[in-house]
This record gives sequence, C-alpha cells and structure tokens, in this order.
Amino acid sequence: MRVPHVVADASVVATRNVIKIKRVPDLLVFTTLSPIMFVLLFAYVFGGAIEGGNGDEYRQFLIAGIFAQTVIFGATITGAGLAEDVKKGIIDRFRSLPMSPSAVLTGRTFSDVINNVLVLIVMSLTGLVVGWRITSSFWDAAAGYLLLIVFAYAISWIFAWVGMLVPSPEVVNNASFIIIFPLTFVANTFVPLDTMPAPLQTFAEWNPVSSVTQAARELFGNIPAGTPEPTSWALQHPVAYTLMWSALILAVFVPLANAQYRVSTSR
Amino acid sequence: MSDVAPSIARMGDSIIARGLVKRYGDVVALDGVDLTVPTGTVLGLLGPNGAGKTTVVRILTTLLRPTAGSATVAGADVLAEPARVRRHIGLSGQYAAVDEYLTGFENLVMIGRLYHLGRRASRARARELLENFSLAESGDRPTRTYSGGMRRRLDLAGALVADPPVIFLDEPTTGLDPRGRTEMWNVIQTLVAKGTTLLLTTQYLEEADLLADEIVVIDHGRIIAQGTSDDLKREVGGERLELTLADGSQLPEAERLLAPLGLGPPTLDAGRRTLLMPVAGGASTLAETLRVLDGTSIALDDIGLRRPTLDDVFLSLTGRTTHDEDADDTEGRQS
Repeated sequence: MRVPHVVADASVVATRNVIKIKRVPDLLVFTTLSPIMFVLLFAYVFGGAIEGGNGDEYRQFLIAGIFAQTVIFGATITGAGLAEDVKKGIIDRFRSLPMSPSAVLTGRTFSDVINNVLVLIVMSLTGLVVGWRITSSFWDAAAGYLLLIVFAYAISWIFAWVGMLVPSPEVVNNASFIIIFPLTFVANTFVPLDTMPAPLQTFAEWNPVSSVTQAARELFGNIPAGTPEPTSWALQHPVAYTLMWSALILAVFVPLANAQYRVSTSR
Repeated sequence: MSDVAPSIARMGDSIIARGLVKRYGDVVALDGVDLTVPTGTVLGLLGPNGAGKTTVVRILTTLLRPTAGSATVAGADVLAEPARVRRHIGLSGQYAAVDEYLTGFENLVMIGRLYHLGRRASRARARELLENFSLAESGDRPTRTYSGGMRRRLDLAGALVADPPVIFLDEPTTGLDPRGRTEMWNVIQTLVAKGTTLLLTTQYLEEADLLADEIVVIDHGRIIAQGTSDDLKREVGGERLELTLADGSQLPEAERLLAPLGLGPPTLDAGRRTLLMPVAGGASTLAETLRVLDGTSIALDDIGLRRPTLDDVFLSLTGRTTHDEDADDTEGRQS
C-alpha cells in the first residue's frame, strides 16, 4: 500500500470519528465535565487539607496533573470506539474496501488527538477560572501542551490494542480503570512524592505519568521557586524521559495493535 | 487455474470456489464447499442459521482465511491478491454496517473516498445512490433515525458505491418487516437486471426462489443440493397436502389413517396442529382425504393442496424445516 493512501484513508476515518464528536455532544460534554469536576474537587475539597493553607499554591500544582490524567483517560475512547466498531460491523465494511488496513487504527488515534485538544482547551479555561496561571513563555507553554498530546497519543495505541483484544466497549472501559487509576494516582499528579511510602515513591519517580506531569509543570512555569530538585533522573529530565516512553510505547503497541487487528477481525 | 483450455463458460465465471474448508478447533464451519457463479447471474446460498453461509461470504470477500481450499473472485485470487479482490467487490453484511452517527450521505461519501474515488466523485456518487434507493430526502439525517429497511438500503447502496462487478449480500432481508423485505427485493431485482454478478445468502426460501438463477442449499457446512428453483422443486416432486386439525392430539391418528395416500411419509407439527404430506392426484386426493376422515372423530380447521415450496425442498433434503435450529423443541414438535 502506498504511503499517501494510508494518510488519506486515515484522515477519512478520522473525519468520520470527528463527525461523531459533533453529532453526540454528550460524549464531549462528559469527557470534559469529569475533568472540570476533578479540578473543582481537588482544588476546593482536597486542596485545603493537602496544603493546609488557602489552596492557591496547590491549584498551580494541581492543574498539570489533572491535564495528564485526563488526556490519558481520553485514550480509552480509542479502545472503546474501536471495540464498538468491531461489534457493529463497521470494521467488516472497512476491511472489505480497498483501503489501507492500518488506516482504521491510525484514523481512530488521529481523531482522539482532536478530542484531547478540545478537552485541554476546556480544562485550561477551567484552570484559569480557579486561579491557575501559565507563567512561562508562549513557546514553553505550547511545548507543554504538545508533550501532553504526544504522550496521550502513545497511550491511545495501548488502548487500540486493548480494544482489538477485548471487543466489547464495556470491558475496555473497565480494563482502562484498572490500568489508568493506579498509574495516574501513584504519581506526582495530585500530591508531592515525598508524602508517599518509599516503594510507592520509587515507582512514582519513574512513572512516566509523573514525568509528563513534571514536564508540563516546568513548561507552564508552575513550579514555585525554592522547590527542591527531584531526586530521580526521570524527573530531572522529564521531557526527554516522557519522549523516550512515548517512543517505546509506540514502537511496541503500533505493531501489536495492528497484528491484533488482523487476528481479531479475521475470525 | 490449472486447466490448460478452460471452457468458455469457465472463463465467464465471476466467482469460483474450490474445496473451501474452515475449522475452528474441532468445530467444522465449512466442510468442502465448491461454488461457481457465472458472470451476470445470481446465486442464492440457502440454509438455516449456522449452516456456514456467512463463513462462505467472509472467505470470498477476503475477511476470513479458509483452513483449506481456494477461490477467485472477479478474476483475482482471494488468498494471494486480496487487495485486488476488494477493488472489484461490494459487500453488504448481515448486520447493517452503516455508521449510525453519520448521515446517509456522509456514510456513502466515506465509502467512496475509501474506494479512492476522490472527493468530488464520491459526493456525486453518494447523491446519485441516495436518489436511486429512495433515500434522497433522508440523506442528510443521521442514520440512527432511519428505519431498519432504510438502513439496509443504505448498506446495500454502500456496496454499490464503486459500481463493483461482483456483489455479496449476506442475508439482506433478515429482520425486516414484510414491507421492508418487498422494497429490498425490488432494489435487488433492479440491480440484477443491470447484469451485476450477485451472491446472496438467505434463510428465506421464497427469497432465493424469487431472486436467484441458481440455488445452492447448504447445511452443516456442506452443500446438500443445488440447481434452479424448478430443479429443486421437481426433485421433491408432487404437490403438498396440508391439514390443520382442530385438536392437535389427534395428529398421530390422522397420520396413521392418511399415510397410505401419500407419496412419502407425513410430517407433523404439533405446535401448529398441522400434517404435511407429498401427494399425487390433485383434487381427487383431496376428496379421498375428506372421505377417509369422514366418520372419524377428527375435526379439521383447514385443508388444502399447494405446489411444493423451497421449504418442502429443505424438509425433504434434511428431514428438518429451516426454522428447526432456532425453535428446537420448544413447540413440542413430533415426527
């Protein structure tokens, strides 16, 4: 298959998924409502307890963590959407067409990037309302957003694989909770690492969710002066570490998801 | 093909399948199926649920690899050149595979673009098809607002976007109400009149009877009969005498009394209180039947003679009616 076909076909598939976002606004409402809820819950309910102060500083700290958690959860849409397409026979229709086979998965992951961009915009506005501010340069901030999106894109390929492995949207959703909750909570997303017991702390220091959060905080200028330097290499070089993980995940899961696509759909 | 000098007819075959076998572990879904569909004709693949019809379609449309066997569709080898096959076929599946969030128009444009027709040609083709399938007015509504019949028509339209020479329709009318079914039949007949080669699977015998040039009856992954609908009916022979009793418990007695009049053994359906039997002799058999039953306590709700249908064909070939698999013994059937 020629390369232009893959791209053209994937963009046709992505367009289809984006139309769905437009047609079912509930979907977008719920994917954005839950992060808004998280921002408010953590900022106002836990914020005071965690910091013991007025919570203002915690909100600066919190937002990047919420961003990371939310875009990672967004990846589950990839898996659930694919599982739904398998169930409804849409994938069979695609497979009977002379299109590039990998465009089905690629198109899906493309459209989820668009979904994540929309979600990030909504959350950023919510963040601004509760007092979060970007204090870095425009380009640093843009790099922060880009890094979040790249990392989420890689994660969406894990869920493309899960979606092909267990072709039922409900199972994908349950599986995602089991994977994503520990990953996003045993990290620096919501609390500083030094509050955790040692084994968890070590895990969290090397957890790529921590590094993408750390990177976003640095790039948004959300780390107050005088904060002690992180102890792990991963958190000292969060951008590089996050990109390494993204590349590794893509290198493993793009072929794996495509192989699973061929197996699952030709039963 | 290894034939050195293929016959003229052979060269004009759009679908050729040889020895198709599909096994899932110990389960044999297909057990050596041969099919030949001459270009421009309609083959009806007929069988009950689970007979292997969909498996045949999935193999021929490159969705599934057979365990053994070979097939060519539109001159391309299904196993060796699946991409070439896909350029020349249209598939409309058992479940209407249309995207419910897209409009009918968007669905067809998407398919056109994935056939690489280009944006403009895809849009023009989509409008044309919506017009041809009486969907023009609803073309800009999301398809989840469509009726079952409209979805099926749209799904079929999807199979026709690139005007492929060979089309596969997997149970195109399953689940449709009688009106939707008639509409679908009209659409398919128009298609056939244009000379498209069609492989159609169905559980409905009257559908195969109406639409297909040749019928292949498949059961448990094997071909059990093939020929034109007339061939099959002739094979079964005679007319059918059908009695409905007022009291179903009297069926065995009626069977005993009437069996001597039949060409073959009667079939009883306790749930519907009916007795069905192949007979010869037309109206005189009817009179004879009434005479035999007169003076017994057996009361009739209905009696009639009819030409054999393909249902009878299936019954005489397999000893089962086409709906046995679904209904199993829930109706307390005796035989």
